[in-house]
Order: sequence, then C-alpha cells, then structure tokens
Amino acid sequence: MTMMTGAEIVIRCLQEEKVEYVFGYPGGAVLHIYDALFKQDQIKHVLVRHEQAAVHAADGLARSTHKVGVALVTSGPGATNAVTGIATAYMDSIPVVVISGQVPNEYIGQDAFQECDTVGITRPCVKHNFLVNDVRNLALTIKKAFYIANSGRPGPVVIDIPKDVTAAKCRFEYPETVQMRSYNPVVKGHLGQIKKAVHLLLEAKRPMIYSGGGVILSNGSEQLTRLTRRLGFPITNTLMGLGAYPATDRQFLGMPGMHGTVEANLAMQHCDVLLAIGARFDDRVIGNPLNFASLPRRIIHVDIDPSSISKRVQVDVPIVGNVPDVLDEMLKLLDAGNAVPEAAALADWWRQIEEWRAKECMKYRRRKSVIMPQYVMEKLYEVTGGNAIVTSDVGQHQMWAAQYYKFDQPRRWLNSGGLGTMGVGLPYAMGAALAHPEMTVVCVTGEGSIQMCIQELSTAKQFRLPIKIINLNNRYLGMVRQWQEMFYGSRYSESYMDSLPDFVKLAEAYGHVGIRVERPEDVDAALKKAFIDHKDDLVFMDFITDQKANVFPMVAAGKGLADMILTEDL
Amino acid sequence: MRHIISILLENEAGALSRVAGLFSARAYNIETLTVAPTEDVSLSRLTIVTSGTDAVIEQITKQLNKLIDVIKVVDLSEAAHIERELMLIKVRAIGKDREEVKRLADIFRGHIVDVTESTYVIELAASGAKLDSFIQAIDPGLILETVRTGVCGIGRGERILKV
Repeated sequence: MTMMTGAEIVIRCLQEEKVEYVFGYPGGAVLHIYDALFKQDQIKHVLVRHEQAAVHAADGLARSTHKVGVALVTSGPGATNAVTGIATAYMDSIPVVVISGQVPNEYIGQDAFQECDTVGITRPCVKHNFLVNDVRNLALTIKKAFYIANSGRPGPVVIDIPKDVTAAKCRFEYPETVQMRSYNPVVKGHLGQIKKAVHLLLEAKRPMIYSGGGVILSNGSEQLTRLTRRLGFPITNTLMGLGAYPATDRQFLGMPGMHGTVEANLAMQHCDVLLAIGARFDDRVIGNPLNFASLPRRIIHVDIDPSSISKRVQVDVPIVGNVPDVLDEMLKLLDAGNAVPEAAALADWWRQIEEWRAKECMKYRRRKSVIMPQYVMEKLYEVTGGNAIVTSDVGQHQMWAAQYYKFDQPRRWLNSGGLGTMGVGLPYAMGAALAHPEMTVVCVTGEGSIQMCIQELSTAKQFRLPIKIINLNNRYLGMVRQWQEMFYGSRYSESYMDSLPDFVKLAEAYGHVGIRVERPEDVDAALKKAFIDHKDDLVFMDFITDQKANVFPMVAAGKGLADMILTEDL
Repeated sequence: MRHIISILLENEAGALSRVAGLFSARAYNIETLTVAPTEDVSLSRLTIVTSGTDAVIEQITKQLNKLIDVIKVVDLSEAAHIERELMLIKVRAIGKDREEVKRLADIFRGHIVDVTESTYVIELAASGAKLDSFIQAIDPGLILETVRTGVCGIGRGERILKV
C-alpha cells in the first residue's frame, strides 16, 4: 500500500466511486485537492461561476442519472454559497456529495480567514455531514458519504475537510463495502402489509394511484407502469414524479395539487382507496390536510422513509420499503391470485373521471397579438418530439412546463419542487447536458429566475453545452404577480421587473446565440431554428409573453383540493 | 402527554446537536435532556422528556430514528420504567432553620453533602415531581440556588435498551 496525501486520497476515492464530473470552485482551503485534481485526467472538473451553481449542477446530474453528484467548494464563503444548493437537494432527496475545504485543524474555532462552521451551518439541510479531523479516517468517511447519499431515502452529504488533513499522509485503502450499526435502510416491504394493500386495491370501487418523486429516485417507474396498467386504475404523478408514468397514456390524469388538473384533484378527493407511492402528501399537493381528511378513503402508503408515513395524513396501510421491491411483490400477488378489480365499479368510476376530464381545464385562450406562455410550452413539446430533458426554474413557467410538456419517461423533468429554488434551471441543465451529451436539454425559465444564476452562461460556454433556454419573459415575477392579483387586490408590490437586460445581447456577450420572439406566429420557426439550425449551440430564446397570463387551475393556499379556481377563459 | 424518550447514539462530536437541532427545527418541545456515555464509550445514552399528541410523539420517534448517528430509540413511558432526576439545592441554614431543613431533607430521603455555618447543600435523587414537591415544601426564602440534571430513566425488568 502506498502512502498518499489527503488530497490524493480524496481524488482517488472519487475515482473509485466512478465519479466522472466534479462541479466546483477553487479556494485557499482546497488548493491541495485542486493540485491533486490537476495531476490526473480521469475526473473532469467543471468550473462554475458561483458555488451555488456547483451544487445545483451536481444535483442536476444526479436527478438525470441516478448517480451521486459531486461538488467541491472551499471553506467559508465557498461553503455558505453552497448551502442553497444543499438545501435544494435535501428537500427533493437528491444524492449529492459536497466536499468543502476547512481551515486547518489548529485554526478551527479561532475565527480564521474564511472559516465558518460548515458542519453546523449545513446540519439541518443534509442527510448527514462529517468533519474529518484525521487523514486516517478520510477514505472510510468518503465511502460512507457516498453510501449514505444514495441509499435509503437519498440526500446530500457534506464532507468538511481541514486543509492540514489534505496535506497529511497515510496509507490508502478504500473499503469495498461499508457497515454502519446506526444506519440500515429497509428495502423489502412487510409482506403481510403488502397482502393487505393488494386486498384493499382489489376491493376498491373508486381507486386512485398517486405517485411522487420517490418512484423516480428508486427507478421504480417500470413497476409502477406495469401495476397501473395491470389494475386499470387512474393515476396522477406529482410535480416531482412526472415521467414515472407516461403522461400521454389515457390512465394518466395529469398532475395533482395547487396547479393540478380538475380530474386528478377530484379523483384524489373522491377516491375510496388511495395508493400513495413515494409521495408525501405535501401541502402543494393535497392542500389543507383537514379538508382532505374530511372525505372517507382508505390510504395505502408506500415509502422508504417511515417518517413520511402518517406525517400529514393518517394512513391505513403503511408499507416501508423500496418502491420497486414493494411493487414487484404486489404484482407477484396479483399474478398469483389471477385477481382483477371489480369491473363494473371501475367502469363507473372512469365514467365519472371522464366527465371531469371533459372540462378541459388546461384550455387557454390563444391570442393573435401576444404570445401565450402555454403555447410556447405546447410548441416546445412538439418541436422536441417530447424527447428532451427539461429543467425549469421556479414560478409560473415551472407550472406551465409541468402542465403542458408531457413526460413519458422518468428523469426527463428536473426542477426544485421542495425548496422551490429560483436559479436552479440553468445549472440543472448543465449537469444534465454533461451526463447526457446525446440528448436535447432545455431550460424553461423566466426573466426573474434566470437572473439568479445567469453567470453560468459563462460555464456553459467553456464546456460547450448546447442548452436551449426558453425564457418566458412577461416582465413580472409572474407567480408573485398572480398571487398579488388574486389575493392582494392587484397591488403589484415589487413584482414588476424593470430595467431588464437585453437578453439577446447578453447571450451574445457570453458567446452564445440569442433570439427574441415577440409574435405568436414566429414561435414555431424560432424554436425550429434553435433546435435544428443551432443544434450544437447554446441558444437563449427570449419569448416576450402575455403579461397577465395566470396559472390555472389553482387551489388557493390552505384550501381543499376540490376548491379549484378555473381559468376565466372558459 | 408527557413522554420519556431514551436514545442510544454514536458518541461522536456533533451527535447531540443533531438531536437538539431536530427538536428545534421541527418545533418539538424539550422539557429536559440528559446525555452521557454508556459502559461502551462508543455509545451515548440520551434521555429527553417531551410532550405532544400521539401523532407528534410518533413523528419524533421516526425523525430521531432517521438521524444517521442514532442507533435506537425507545419511548420509556410506554411501559413500566423508573425515572430519576438529581437535584443539588443550596439553602440558607441558620438558627432554627438548620433543624427544620435537615428534617425536611430526611423526609425526602435527601442527603446533606455540604455544610457551612450558614448553608447546606442537599442532594436529592427522585422523580421530577418529587423534586418539585421538595421545592414546594421548603420555605422559598431559604433557597439560594438549585441545579437539576433532568430526567434519566430505564425500563423495568427485562426491558433492555442495548445495541
């Protein structure tokens, strides 16, 4: 065994973990690590322009691949800048390992230059974190970090490494596996509970399947699709779960929740048996839990995290386990019993659902003079053939993308659902574009969100990432404006975006292609120009859209799911 | 309802703050918290007295179990258990109060562990409620200082919390 420095050990461990890209930004406390990085060419480093984007990009890579994303930042401001990225990954359970430099051990606690308590600051927004005081613990800690990040309910793990540890030497040995007495995530679901669940499903008169991000994270969409088709039940996917079940399929009712479809929300509300899979009854999904609980229904909840079960809504059949494993068991039981749900009741239920669906709640009025944002999304879906990886920022554009782009496959839709972080769209697209060079990667954004990580246009140039940015530019912080219109007497307090940059010139200044689109009739041609003529370029498309378009349907905060506000256009 | 939650966790730097941080982040209530290493020094035993509805206590237990450093969690108050809290109380002991305080300490099975011309320090190990009654029983004007450890507890009989 060879003696290696801590910095060399860090890089070697990342190689052992088959890490292809590290997103980072150098600084004093990580100089040894950057030097070790320089001396090898297996791992490629992506130099971002702000540490927040390093974590977002690593997170985007993880979301689009099921691999662990890796970010490397320096101590102090490097680490604090990374916090938004870490919290974003935490809320959506994304496996990310963030390595942060720390001041040398002997300086810790002395208010040294660029010192901060990274482990303390990140503690509430990580799955776990480590401060490595001794180089002899470094390799094992990194092994544990990767294991923790991508097992059980995934999440971000921070490893804080003092500079002297990266200089110190020790023998390198990378453990093959890791055992932790305090961490043993459950995989297999309890068979008795699964039997109970299957029994309940077969008894249901008005069944509904509601699945979330957990299905995507656990690669369970194949099992979910088989089970749903086998049962013939209606299904809804949450914002985080889009793509787990093909959106173009008839059994799919669209997204539930605050901006969900009428059919999905009413089916959630009126079903008699609800099968919740890898979802957590979030406030943006079920609205007010008291209202949701006011109608009787029996709930089966499959989740790998016991604390997600019966947290907001009391559950009748809890099943703790890994989604694909549990669904496999359910399918086995169904096949063995050759069981089918009650056909007549199910047909009645579908008739009811089709009535709701016939309301066509997603309809909007086309306008001749101004581009409707929904129209851009429909056209985007058409031009990309539904085959792109789509990232979004946070706001109205995010909801329109989720509503109008039909995701037929998992890991094609990347957005910040839990924390709702504006600025993730472009870095997510960077991570996805690096991980999938063969795919079209689109970032749907708004003029507010894009400016929160606009500096990454520079990174995208450096690494020649042909991302297509769809900027739905309505000169407003649209979602804020919508709430102000609806709930604050149209007092648009600080939601108007004045003095916007010329995005075309801005894109060009960074060395990219910029296109401004102002008329509805130009949308199609502009998209084709971007996606076909400029296939290999980053194209920033600035769509000047209707200023007053709102996202509908809408369930106001604190209201029940059946209490939907529909578009005034209908 | 009042619950006594007992936790075995890795005796590592920061483990305690993960538990304490969880309680504050999720707005759970901590009445008392005690922690010390066990006979196996790689483990700490932590006892928290908290209160909440059954749903809240269930969440507390689940959230604690989710912490990577936590090995086992048990709600001691679910079954027969013993709870003890240690109090050291310094009282003014002059003249006729010297006798009176001594008598009261005896009644509560306390020990006087420090004596000066004008003060006693009394050591009392009992349930929290009993310590409260001792404080109630003694003339408040005599109390100079109190310090309490918070509750620690253990299950009765074969109920054992171990790795």
